[in-house]
Amino acid sequence: MGASMPVSREAVVSLTLILALLAGALIAQASGETFYVTLATRIAILALAATGLNLALGLGGLVSFGHAAFFGIGGYACGILAIHAYNGEPMILGLPGTQTMPVIWLAALVASGLVAVAIGALSLRTSGVYFIMITLAFAQMIYYFAISWPAYGGEDGLSIFVRDNFPGVNTLKPLPFFLICFALLAAGLFFFGLVRDSRFGAALQAARQNPVRVAALGMAPFRIRLVAFVLSAMMTGVAGALYVDLNRFVSPSMLSWQMSGELIVLVVLGGTGRLAGPLAGAALYVLFEFLLGGMTERWQFFLGLILLLVVLFARGGVVGLLAGRARHG
Amino acid sequence: MQIDLLIEQVLNGVQFGVMLFLMAAGLTLIFGVMGLINLAHGSLYMVGAFACAAVAAATGSFWLGLVASLAAAAAAGAIVEVVVVRRLYKRDHLDQVLATFALILIFSEGTRWLFGSSPLYLNIPGALSGAVSLPGDLDYSLYRLFIIIVGMAVAAGLYFLIAHTRLGMRIRAGESDREMIAALGVDITTLYTLVFALGAALAGLAGAMVGALQSVQVGMGEPVLILAFVVVVIGGIGSIKGALIGAVLVGVIDTLGRFLLPAALHLFLPASQAASIGGSIASMLIYVFMALVLVVRPQGLFSANA
Amino acid sequence: MRKILAAGVMALSIGMAGTAFADPIKIGMITTLSGGGAGLGVDVRDAFQLAMKKSGNKDIQVITEDDARKPELAVQIADKMMQSDHVDLMTGIIWSNLAMAVVPNVVAQDVIYLSPNAGPSALAGKNCNKNYFNVAYQNDNFHEAMGQYANKDYKKVFILAPNYPAGKDSLTGFKRYYKGEVAGEVYTKLGQTDYAAEIAQIRASGAEAVFFFLPGGMGIAFTKQYAQSGVGLPLLGPAFSFSQDVLGAIGDAALGVKNSASWSHDLDNEANKEFVEAFKAEYKRLPSVYAAQAWDTANLILSAAAKASVKDKDAFRAALKEADFKSVRGKFKFNTNNHPIQDIYVREVVKEDGVLTNKIVGTAFTDHGDAYAEQCKM
Repeated sequence: MGASMPVSREAVVSLTLILALLAGALIAQASGETFYVTLATRIAILALAATGLNLALGLGGLVSFGHAAFFGIGGYACGILAIHAYNGEPMILGLPGTQTMPVIWLAALVASGLVAVAIGALSLRTSGVYFIMITLAFAQMIYYFAISWPAYGGEDGLSIFVRDNFPGVNTLKPLPFFLICFALLAAGLFFFGLVRDSRFGAALQAARQNPVRVAALGMAPFRIRLVAFVLSAMMTGVAGALYVDLNRFVSPSMLSWQMSGELIVLVVLGGTGRLAGPLAGAALYVLFEFLLGGMTERWQFFLGLILLLVVLFARGGVVGLLAGRARHG
Repeated sequence: MQIDLLIEQVLNGVQFGVMLFLMAAGLTLIFGVMGLINLAHGSLYMVGAFACAAVAAATGSFWLGLVASLAAAAAAGAIVEVVVVRRLYKRDHLDQVLATFALILIFSEGTRWLFGSSPLYLNIPGALSGAVSLPGDLDYSLYRLFIIIVGMAVAAGLYFLIAHTRLGMRIRAGESDREMIAALGVDITTLYTLVFALGAALAGLAGAMVGALQSVQVGMGEPVLILAFVVVVIGGIGSIKGALIGAVLVGVIDTLGRFLLPAALHLFLPASQAASIGGSIASMLIYVFMALVLVVRPQGLFSANA
Repeated sequence: MRKILAAGVMALSIGMAGTAFADPIKIGMITTLSGGGAGLGVDVRDAFQLAMKKSGNKDIQVITEDDARKPELAVQIADKMMQSDHVDLMTGIIWSNLAMAVVPNVVAQDVIYLSPNAGPSALAGKNCNKNYFNVAYQNDNFHEAMGQYANKDYKKVFILAPNYPAGKDSLTGFKRYYKGEVAGEVYTKLGQTDYAAEIAQIRASGAEAVFFFLPGGMGIAFTKQYAQSGVGLPLLGPAFSFSQDVLGAIGDAALGVKNSASWSHDLDNEANKEFVEAFKAEYKRLPSVYAAQAWDTANLILSAAAKASVKDKDAFRAALKEADFKSVRGKFKFNTNNHPIQDIYVREVVKEDGVLTNKIVGTAFTDHGDAYAEQCKM
C-alpha cells in the first residue's frame, strides 16, 4: 500500500478489486437496484472480518478456527448497546446504551480485544492442530453461553429494530451505510498493509517460518503472536458490529463454528496472506451463495464441490491466480 | 442424594465417553500417522448411522445394519482418502481444514439428496432392549452396557493391533518418522488408505450404535466431532490411550455436570433459576476443563509425539 | 387467560368486501429447505404451493428461497425479495430465531408478513405490528394446553426443555395453566442427544407424568431412550416432537404419547378432509401440522385477495384480519394482536394401517388466545 514501494502486480489487482466493489455499489444505486447495494455492503463487512482473520492466519500462520467468537462478540456489543438505547434502559453499572456507531465500534473493539487476550494467552501456548482445535473449542464455549444466556434473547437472538446512526449520515439508506462500511474496509486494508510491511509484521512472518531463529534473535514469538491475534480479533469484532447493523439483528449463529469455517473459507478462497484476498473471497462467496441459492436448494453441495476444487487445484486463491505467486511466504 | 442415581449417572458418563472414544480414536490415529486434521470425520459417523438404518429397515436386522455401517463408513473413508485426502498430506493444516470443511457440505447435502430431509428410523435390537440388574439393586439399560463393552473391546483391539501386529508396527513407525518408513520399503500409500478406512469404520460404528439410541439425521456428526476434538486435545494428539482416558473424562464430567450443578445451585436458588443457570454452566464445563488441562499440560495428557 | 374475546374487535373497517380484484400478487417465501430441520420447510412449501395450485388463481406468483436455517441468510433473502423482487407479502419462516431476525425488518418496510409457523412472544405483545399476521400459534399455546390437560389426571409432573428461549417459554407456558406440583424442572443443552442423565432423574423424581418440549432430533432421541429405559410414566408434550415428519423416525416408542396441537389429520371438517386428501394424492405422504398451517396461510391470502387489492395496504390488512376462509382447523379468527384464537386439541399417537399418526382424544382449550395480546397496542 505504501507509496515508497514499487507498484507490484498484486497492488494493481488489489486496487482494482477495491474500486470494483465501490463502482458496483454506485452503479447499482444509480440503476435503482438498491438490493445490490446491500449485497455489496455484506461483501464489504465480511471482507473486513476476513481481513482481520488474515492478519492472524495469513501473516502469523495462526489457523484460528474460532474467529466467529470475535465476530459475534463485536456483534453482541453492538446489539446490547443499541437495544438498551432503544428501550431507554441503563445497562449494568448504570451505563447508558448508545446508538452512535463510532462509540459502538469502540466498544466492539475493546470487548473482542479483551476476550482475544484471554483466549490467545491460553491457545498460543500450543501450535498446529492443537491451536486449531482449541480456538474452535473456545468459540463453542462462548456459543453455548450465548444460547443459554437469557438476558439478550438466547438462541432467538436480539432484534435492534433500527440501524444505529452516524453523525451527519442517514444510515437507513443503503448507499450511505455502504459507504461507511466501505470506508472501514479501506481503513482495515490499509492497516493490514501497514502491519505487513512493518518491523512487527516482518517479525510475525519470520515467527511463522522459523520460530527458533526469531527466538534466537531475542524476540519472543509468543508475544508477537499474541499481539497479532488480538489485533486480528479486534478487526473482526468491528466487522461483527457492522454486520449487526446491516441485519439489524444479532444471534448466536454469528458465533457458530460454521461461521468460523466461513471466515477461513473467505481468506483461502481469496488468497491467504494477500492484501485483497479476503475481499476477493468475500465477493466470490457472497455471489456464489446468492446465485446458487437462487438456482437450487442443493446449493450447499455445489458450494462444497467448488471449495474442494479451489483447495485442491487453485492454490493461492483468486488473488494468486490474478497476481501470480506471492512475493513472500 | 441417592447413591444409586449417582452410580447410574457415572455409568451414563462412561457410556457417553466410550462413544466419544470411538470418534476420537479415529481422529487421533489419522492425525498421528498422516498428520491430517479431518473435519469430515463427523460425516463418516453420519454415513455409518444412515447405512445401518437403511440396511436395518430393508432386512429387519440391526446386526446386518451394524456390519453395513462398518463397511459403508470404511468404504466412504477409503474413497475419500484416495480421491481427496491423499492430496492433502503434504499441504498445511489450513488447506486440510478447508478441504474437509468442503467435504462436510458435500456429505451432508449428498446424504439429504439420497435419503430425503426427514430423520430415519433405527431402533435398538430386541435382544438388547430392556434393563439388566447390576449389583447394588441398580437397573441399567442393557444397550448402554453393550455400548460400553463394545467400546472397551475396540480399545483393547486397537491396543493389540498397534502393539503386536505388523500393521501396528508400521503405524507406530509412521507416527515417529514418516520418511523413514518409506525408506524401509513399506507401501505407504496403502498403509495410509488402511489407517484412514480404519478410523472411518470406527466413526461409522459409533454412528450406528448411537443412531439406534438417538436420531439418524443429516448434521448429526458435527456436534460429536467438536466434542471429539476436545477429547483429542485433552488426551494428547496421536495417543490412543489419551483418547480413551480423555473421552471417559469428558463423558463423565459432562454428564455429572448436567446432573449435579443444577442440584447444587438449587440449595440456594429457586428451582427454575437453578435449572437454567446450572444448565448454562454445565454446557461450558468440558471447555473449562480443557482450558485447565492446557494450562498444566499444553500438549495434552498423553501426547504421542510432543 | 382470556379464553373468549369479543368477536366485535374482528369487524374492523370492512369497506371493500365482496369485490374481486385481479391485481397480481407477489409472495416471497423464505423457508428451510436444506440442512437440519429441512423436513418442516419442505412441508410448508409443498402445502402452500398445493393450495395455490388448487385455487387456480393465476395472478399470484410465489418466489421460494432456502434460508438453510441461518438467520443472517434469511435477512439477506428478505432484503432481496423486498428491494429487488418487490414482493407484496412474505411468509414461510419455520423457526422463532429466524422470525425474530426477519419479521421486524419486513414489517417496518410496510410489507405484510404471515407466519405459517413460529410465534415468538416478543412479536405478540409490545412489539406487535399491523403488518404481522400469525396464522399458526403463539409459541406458548401448545404448552399451555398441555398444562391445562395435565390438571385432569396428574398431581405431580416432571418438566423438561432445552436451555434456550423457546424452551423457557415452553415450561413457563405449561406452568401458567398447570395447577399441580412440579416434581422436577430440567433444562438440557440445545442439540443434546443423550438423555440418560435426565431419564435417571425422572425415574428418581416420583412424578406421575413427564412433560417435555424437545423439537427435532432431540425429541426423537429422548422418546426412544425414554421408551428403552422402562420408566413408563405417561409422556406429554406439544405436537412438535410428534408431528408426522418425525413419527416414522421414533417408531413404536411414540405410541400412546399425548400431544397438543391446533390441528390433526382426523379433524372432522370439510376443509380438512379436502386438504388431507389433496396432500396425500399429490405427495404420497400424510401432512404434518406445519403443512396444515401453511395450507391455511395460503387460503387466508386467497380470501383476502378476493376482497381487496394488495396495493391498498389498509384494505388488504382488513381483509386478512377478517380471516374469512375455511380453515382446516375448523374455527379460526384473529385476536387483537393478529395472533390466532383457536381450539387446541390433545392428540394421541396411534398406528393406523401400519402407519404411525395422531388421533384427537380431547380438547384442552376452546377459542384460546394468548397471554401477550393485552400488551399489544395496535
